[in-house]
Amino acid sequence: MNILIKNGRLIDPKNKVDAQLDLYIVDGRIAALGQAPAGFSAAEVIDAQGLIVAPGLIELAARLREPGFEYMATLESEMDAAVAGGITSLACPPDTDPPLDEPGLVEMLKHRAKNLHQARLYPVAALTTGLKGMELTEMTELVEAGCVAFSQADAPLTDTRVMYRAMQYASTFGFSVWLRPQDSFLARDGVAHDGEVATRSGLPAIPVCAETIALSTMLSLARETNAKLHICRISSAAGVDMVRQAKQQGLDVTCDVSINHVHLSEMDIGYFDTNCRLNPPLRSLRDRMALRAGLLDGTIDAICTNHAPVDEDAKQLPFAEAESGATGVELLLPLMLKWAEQERISLSDALARVTFHPARVLGLDAGHLGASSAADICIFDAETYWRVEPSALRSQGKNTPFIGQEVRGRVRYTLIDGQIVYKA
Amino acid sequence: MNNPQLNKHGELQHLLTTEGLPIRIMLDILDRASSFLDAAGRETRKVPLLHGKSVFNIFFENSTRTRTTFEIAAKRLSADVVNLNIGSSSTSKGETMLDTVDNLCAMHADMFVVRHSESGAAHLIARHVAPEVHVINAGDGRHAHPTQALLDMFTIRHYKKEFHNLRVAIVGDVLHSRVARSQIHALTTLGVPEIRVIAPKTLLPTAVENLGVQVYHDMAHGLKDVDVVLMLRLQNERMQGALLPSGQEYFKNYGLTEEKLAYAKSDAIVMHPGPMNRGIEIDSRVADGSQSVILSQVTFGIAVRMAVMSVLAGNKK
Repeated sequence: MNILIKNGRLIDPKNKVDAQLDLYIVDGRIAALGQAPAGFSAAEVIDAQGLIVAPGLIELAARLREPGFEYMATLESEMDAAVAGGITSLACPPDTDPPLDEPGLVEMLKHRAKNLHQARLYPVAALTTGLKGMELTEMTELVEAGCVAFSQADAPLTDTRVMYRAMQYASTFGFSVWLRPQDSFLARDGVAHDGEVATRSGLPAIPVCAETIALSTMLSLARETNAKLHICRISSAAGVDMVRQAKQQGLDVTCDVSINHVHLSEMDIGYFDTNCRLNPPLRSLRDRMALRAGLLDGTIDAICTNHAPVDEDAKQLPFAEAESGATGVELLLPLMLKWAEQERISLSDALARVTFHPARVLGLDAGHLGASSAADICIFDAETYWRVEPSALRSQGKNTPFIGQEVRGRVRYTLIDGQIVYKA
Repeated sequence: MNNPQLNKHGELQHLLTTEGLPIRIMLDILDRASSFLDAAGRETRKVPLLHGKSVFNIFFENSTRTRTTFEIAAKRLSADVVNLNIGSSSTSKGETMLDTVDNLCAMHADMFVVRHSESGAAHLIARHVAPEVHVINAGDGRHAHPTQALLDMFTIRHYKKEFHNLRVAIVGDVLHSRVARSQIHALTTLGVPEIRVIAPKTLLPTAVENLGVQVYHDMAHGLKDVDVVLMLRLQNERMQGALLPSGQEYFKNYGLTEEKLAYAKSDAIVMHPGPMNRGIEIDSRVADGSQSVILSQVTFGIAVRMAVMSVLAGNKK
């Protein structure tokens, strides 16, 4: 089907386009910008007057809770939420039950996602069997089944020899290893940043050195093995410095930060707000400033949601007992806009962090509007305000630190392969 | 952010923590506690202030002692008292804490006295209950134990009369102590100019200076010229987890002996929230000595808890 998206402000950060241009889609692919291709006739016209036409957002960490945690959320609910948030491709971490450590599971998930005709799903498989940190998974088989990288999600990998060998093996085949840096001994029982708030509220704390020690191990092993390393959810100023140095030394390392950590700090925990019970913990204001600086100078490649829908009961508990995580896929766009406004950076520079940068981390040629690429598009209204309320969210998880807040930016259309999968 | 313990008229709705508790309410509680005591410092007769009210002691973490003092206080105010020791068994049966609270609310509770092993539990319950129900935090995790701190303030005022000229030292496991946190906030609010904490680094929270205290690691300097020594209980499990090598070594460095107490002012008082580990954090000669006011704390504790309950009951939303 041929679609014409007209009158919109078209922003394609990768190709450095930011102009009033019409976009022509032929057979699910981007045929042309500005000038209609020869013989083009539109079966459908989208009037994007006053709207922004951008590449679909690409998300690096969306928990879909299937298999195993269907009481928290389902593939249907979360894939539906993702397109409502303008996300057209998403990677899901392997911390399901059972974990994504077998090709059959990955195939099943990909197959089910495909049948939903929504966002493209890129499973990240378990690095070790059962995420237990002991034995390697069948990496080449898992890649054949459709996974794009290997990770321990939030599960510990304490045995450094296993980490060493996992990186060696992965690098043999050029696979990426995604790890969240957190020393499990130092983080044991911890639920909040080891700082002022934990001191006052008596919450068991996780010191910054839990991140830097783990990071130091990971970076050393990556240097040793030439593995492609992606650092997930960096949270501290010291951590950002280490990644910056590693990049300066030429290490093949990339890094992401959760949008929650771009906006929030330990102070937001307030009177034990369990919506702020997150992994990694929200750190100090100084750390938050460093994360923002790291995003601006490119140390941190991408912003992700770290989407983790949680059922309400699991948040109605004392802080340390509450389940960690926040729903996020529908908030990525407005929170990214808020960040761009606060940092006074261009919309294009901001969009880069949620489109082609994460695509690069995933090793995909996506997240841009280049000619003949798949027509994965997000059309949004950057001026509309809306209130984050349970009823406004499609995700089954209603848990977010931003609940009750007014945010700016609403997705109007999401297209995947030139098909309108969401319209509001 | 609204102060979750005050109602819209600025009156005490719940007692959750001494942090942010206005000084006028703190003094009101202390004064009212005085009125429940006779001149000799013993309790007076039963009063009908809470007649017809139901007080539910819900203890998700066991404590005979604190529960008993709340029970006595409520009974002296003529309230009906129900004690529930829930421990950890109920949650293993699948009932959540808030389910338990809902069930008790349906039995027309007027006041909950809550103890829980996790920080923030009392705040969660206070947010959850109907507006006419009051919640008293009887200790939540490492966070707060406001009635203990208030009875400590009462004891200090009883012996020292004023707060503005005092030097107070808190000794021991501040990291895990809800008592210490509540004491620090109460002392600060009441205008104590110098608050010290004395402990090894393993037993101090990272940002403890931000609470407005001076940090000492040895008793000789820390106790020098102090007016009040607040001892903290050391749990036995601190020897595991590499926080301390042994009880003996702890006693050698931080146990309050007569020799160490001699660094303090000669009229310094010694307090302890109980139960004491004699020979671990405090020597028997000090615990039973002339400067110890530990048993007065217990007596005052009942009057202070009566005061807290009557202040809460007097406030209609």
